[in-house]
Amino acid sequence: MPTVTKKVALAFFLVLAALAPIASSIPFYPDFLGHNDWMKLLSHVSIFGIGALGINLLTGVAGQVSLGHAFFMGLGAYVAVVFGAPPGDLWGLGLPMWIWLPLAGIIPAIVGLLVGPAAVRVRGLYLAFATLGLVFIGEWAWRNLKFVTGGAFSGRKFPKFQWRVWKEEEPVVDFASDGEWLGFEITEEAKIYLLMLGFLVVATVVAKNLQRTRTGRAFQAIRDRDIAAEVMGVDEFRYKLTAFGISSAFAGVAGALFASFVGRQIPETWDLFLSVEFIAIILIGGAGTVSGALMGTAFVIILPRLVQDFTEWLSGVIESGEGTLATVADVVVAISADDGGLINTIPGVGPGLSVFQLNQVLFGLLIILFMIFEPLGLYGIWVRVRNYWKGWPFTY
Amino acid sequence: MALVSASNGSPLLEVRDVSLSFKGLVALEKVSFHVDEGELYSIIGPNGAGKTSIFNCINQVYKPQEGSILWKGESLLGLKPNQTAERGIARTFQNIELFAHMTVMENILSGRHVRMSHGWISGALWWGRASREELENRFKVEDIIDFLEIEQWRRYPVGLLPYGVQKRVELGRALAMEPELLLLDEPVAGMNLEETEDMARFILDIQDELGITMILVEHDMSLVMDIADRVMVLDFGRKIAEGPPQEVQTNVGVISAYLGTTGEAPIPELG
Repeated sequence: MPTVTKKVALAFFLVLAALAPIASSIPFYPDFLGHNDWMKLLSHVSIFGIGALGINLLTGVAGQVSLGHAFFMGLGAYVAVVFGAPPGDLWGLGLPMWIWLPLAGIIPAIVGLLVGPAAVRVRGLYLAFATLGLVFIGEWAWRNLKFVTGGAFSGRKFPKFQWRVWKEEEPVVDFASDGEWLGFEITEEAKIYLLMLGFLVVATVVAKNLQRTRTGRAFQAIRDRDIAAEVMGVDEFRYKLTAFGISSAFAGVAGALFASFVGRQIPETWDLFLSVEFIAIILIGGAGTVSGALMGTAFVIILPRLVQDFTEWLSGVIESGEGTLATVADVVVAISADDGGLINTIPGVGPGLSVFQLNQVLFGLLIILFMIFEPLGLYGIWVRVRNYWKGWPFTY
Repeated sequence: MALVSASNGSPLLEVRDVSLSFKGLVALEKVSFHVDEGELYSIIGPNGAGKTSIFNCINQVYKPQEGSILWKGESLLGLKPNQTAERGIARTFQNIELFAHMTVMENILSGRHVRMSHGWISGALWWGRASREELENRFKVEDIIDFLEIEQWRRYPVGLLPYGVQKRVELGRALAMEPELLLLDEPVAGMNLEETEDMARFILDIQDELGITMILVEHDMSLVMDIADRVMVLDFGRKIAEGPPQEVQTNVGVISAYLGTTGEAPIPELG
């Protein structure tokens, strides 16, 4: 049950998030990434947040470990492109967004329900492996269905975020170009961010409601004690299937939004690493909680960007000159092929790690550390901080 | 409290010649008994006698190879476990099987699953039936929390609670189903005297105030002898005695099953 403090904090946070697009006009704005880059990063977080809520329902709440999330995201993206992209060499029906976006959720859900019965008969690690198979079947299919996906390593363009009633030339609301809203100059990136934030809020409300009502309790019951759940009247098979379907729908919508957000996607996007990224998100954020899934997403998406910017900044420091920091940085970062260092700023050159590899290493390390020291993830840390201040200055 | 006779129709639950075996291991062999409405029926027997197996057969977690189990004259065989719950059979477990990550309240609410009907769409939108049912059932849960005197632990995740309280919460979860038959699997196992007395009081209250029929599997002889209406004794999957507690207590077969036979040794009093 939300307390008054919780409600106020939530409202404050939402207002803050909604005002982010015009934040650059206030003084002392921390503009170190550049405004549009921030907007892109936050859009990315919002989209992956939707996907994370989906996998959280299936893996976190219902306890069914699935590695098939990338497959359903890909499926959603290609459903979107078939229905939403203009007709041409590749398949496309050119239908408006209010058709392709819901379908990007519905069709993966149906596919999820079709493959579900086979998957939900196995549990634990076996289920992880069964769903792993989906990712590889999917990758093969995406590479070979060239008339839908554009083929390996070339991919195709995805429909833009434009709101049309039907197929008219001028969109009613155009999120894909700069413009003026309510007297504010607003960039394309900021518009898309607001749209994604809206979708994320809807997805969050749905996920939270599911979790706190009959369905969500049935999911948790199956996760914690499956036989007891059945004896309490929960139809295990039906609810596992429901979890699978709903999770696939979230994944499909996230996939469609992500593909359209990036603009062009290749079939290789929907690979095992994407699935693992989502498992990392809920493990780091705290499995089984909505706020954990969202915190995990923000962390996992923003961290690599910060690492990248930090290394770039460090190489700038080295190039620009002297001082202790430059000396230390020079040991850590390699700026040219013959320069020794742990991290390469030039990909594929030298013995060190690329920034991408560094991020992989960091994720691996973080997952291990969280599993050992804070199994409840960022959510657990947050709860501890909150409880500390609840009783402050008393210890308890 | 009285022994309700089966004169007014068929008994609530009738188990006929049920046999259950796992490969070569015989768990139950032609066990028959019936439970009448309002009765507190008890099943006792040494470890491995097949007491919990009977519960698992009634719940259809195990599928007996032979015999029949009739619920109000209708067969339970072939149903899924959740369907036995829908028919009004609730259960607690020998080793606590609570949903460890949920709070006391959520655990008891999950017992209301069969008494609610809203689906996931209504739930996801918090619209119509979902919000109405959730609120109504929240009140019912308060009644149960009140009945079992666990108010102070309402918001605790059950994993953090002491053993005796967890047992009580599990009873609450079963009561939340508003069952007609309650299967209690060792409700006082591992409890101290005070906790045992509390639990005995709850069991009697359930019988008297809520009028729920119960089957009690228990090792604590004094509890069984004090509160049960009828007792069945199992040994190695076979029924060796049945009747009112006083009668069963003096049954020679029962005593030898519990204490072994030496032939010469004096027969000590049970309980």
